[in-house]
Amino acid sequence: MLDLKGYGPALAEGAVVTIELAFLSLALALTLGLLGASAKLSGNRVLTGVATAYTTLIRGVPDLVMMLLFYYGGQVAVNALSDYLWETRQIDFFFQFDPFISGVVTIGLIFGAYMTETFRGAFLAVDVGQIEAAKAYGFSRWHTFRRVMIPQMLRHALPGIGNNWQVLLKTTALVSIIGLTDMVRVAEEAAKAERMPFHFFIPVAAVYLLLTAGSELFIKWLDKRANVGVVRGN
Amino acid sequence: MPDFIAEWLNENDIFNAMTLMEYWGGMVTTVQLVFLSLVIGLLIALPLAILRTVRNPFVSGPIWLYTYLFRGTPLLIQLYIIYYGVAQIPGIQETFWWTIFREPFYPALLAFTLNTAAYTTEILRGAIIATPNGEIEAAKAYGMGWLLRMRRIILPNAARRAVQAYSNEVIFMLHASAIASVVTIIDLTGAARNIYSRFYAPFEAFIFVALLYMVLTFILVFAFRKLENHLLRHQRPAGS
Repeated sequence: MLDLKGYGPALAEGAVVTIELAFLSLALALTLGLLGASAKLSGNRVLTGVATAYTTLIRGVPDLVMMLLFYYGGQVAVNALSDYLWETRQIDFFFQFDPFISGVVTIGLIFGAYMTETFRGAFLAVDVGQIEAAKAYGFSRWHTFRRVMIPQMLRHALPGIGNNWQVLLKTTALVSIIGLTDMVRVAEEAAKAERMPFHFFIPVAAVYLLLTAGSELFIKWLDKRANVGVVRGN
Repeated sequence: MPDFIAEWLNENDIFNAMTLMEYWGGMVTTVQLVFLSLVIGLLIALPLAILRTVRNPFVSGPIWLYTYLFRGTPLLIQLYIIYYGVAQIPGIQETFWWTIFREPFYPALLAFTLNTAAYTTEILRGAIIATPNGEIEAAKAYGMGWLLRMRRIILPNAARRAVQAYSNEVIFMLHASAIASVVTIIDLTGAARNIYSRFYAPFEAFIFVALLYMVLTFILVFAFRKLENHLLRHQRPAGS
C-alpha cells in the first residue's frame, strides 16, 4: 500500500480545502457570470461597458498575478482602511486577509469573466419565439427571465460551464503559492522534507485526475438530462 | 530621454532604472520560455495528433493517455514533479544533463512543453477528424496517397479550423508561465515578486506587471486575428 510517511491526514485535509475552494469559487463565478451576461445584454451602455471592461481586463492578466495582487494588496488595503477608520472615527476594524479568501475572490473573479461569455452566448441561443410567446402571455420582464430564459439558457450553457469548471479545478492548485495549505502545499512540504517528489506529487496528481474525470462523467449526465426533450438532428 | 520622463523616474522610489531593467529581464525570460515551449510543443503535437487519429489502439492509446494525464492535472504539479523529480533520478548528478537541469529554466521549459503539447495534440486532432469526408474522397479519387493527402488536403484545412482554439492555447500558456516564478525563475512575475518584497508595494509591483502581460496578450490576440484573416481569406465575401 502507499506509505505517506504520516502525511496522509494532512493530505486528506488539504484535499478537502481544495474542494471547498473550488465549490465556493464556482458559486461566485456563476453569480458574476450571470450578472455579467445580463449586463452585457441589457442594452444599457454603461452596464455593457463595465461588463466588457471586466471580461477584457481579466482575460489579459495571468491568474497568478491577480492572486498575488489580491493577497498582498488586499492586506495593505485592509491595513490602510483600518488606520483611516481608527484615526478619523475611532472605529476599531481589522481583519486578516487570508489566502483562502484571496483564492476564492481571485478564482471567482477570473472564472466569472469566462462564465459571462458562456452565459451571454447561451442567452443569445434561446429562441426569440420563446421570449415573444412569454410576452404574449403577459409575462413581466423578470418573469420571462426567470421562467423562460434561465431554464432554456442553462441547457446551452452547460457544456461551457463544464469546461470552465474543469479549468477552475486545476487553477485551485495556485493557492498553494500564496500559502494556503491545500493538498499541493502539503505535498510540496512533504516532498521537500522526505526528498521524495514522485511519492507525494503523483498521488495528488491522481486526486486531481479523479476530480476532473468524475466531473466529466457528472457533466455528461447533466447534459443528457438537460437535453431530454430535445431531438438532435444528424 | 525626454526631461520629464527622467524627472519622473528620479522622483519615485520604485520605478527607477534598476527596477525597470529587472522587469525587462523578466519579460525576456517570459517570452523565451513561452516561445520555446510553444514551438517545441507544436512540433511534438503535430505528429502525435496525426498518430492519435490512427485506428490502431496500440498507436493512439498511449497518446490518448499522455494527453489525458497532462490535461487532467494542474500544470503546477507537473512543474513540481519535473523540477524536484529530476534531481532525484539516480546518477543524474554525475552526467552532463545535470549541468542543464540544475538551472530551473530547463525543468520549467520541459514541463511547459509537455503540457502545451498535450493540449495542442487534442486541438489538432479535433481539427483533423473534422475534415469533411468529401475532401478525402476527392483526394483519393485523384489518386493521392496517404502522405500526400495529409500534406496537401487534410493538414492545411485542419490548420484553418485549429487556429482559433490554438490562439487560446497560446494565451493560456503566456498566463500559465507566471508559475515559473515559484521555482525561482525571474520571469515577469518573478521580477514583480522581487520588487514587491523589496519595497512592500503590492499595487505598484503587481499592477505594473499585469499591464505588461496585458500588452503581450493583446499583441498575441492581434497577431492571431491577422493570421486568421489570412488563412480564411478565401471565405471573405466577394468584393470586400
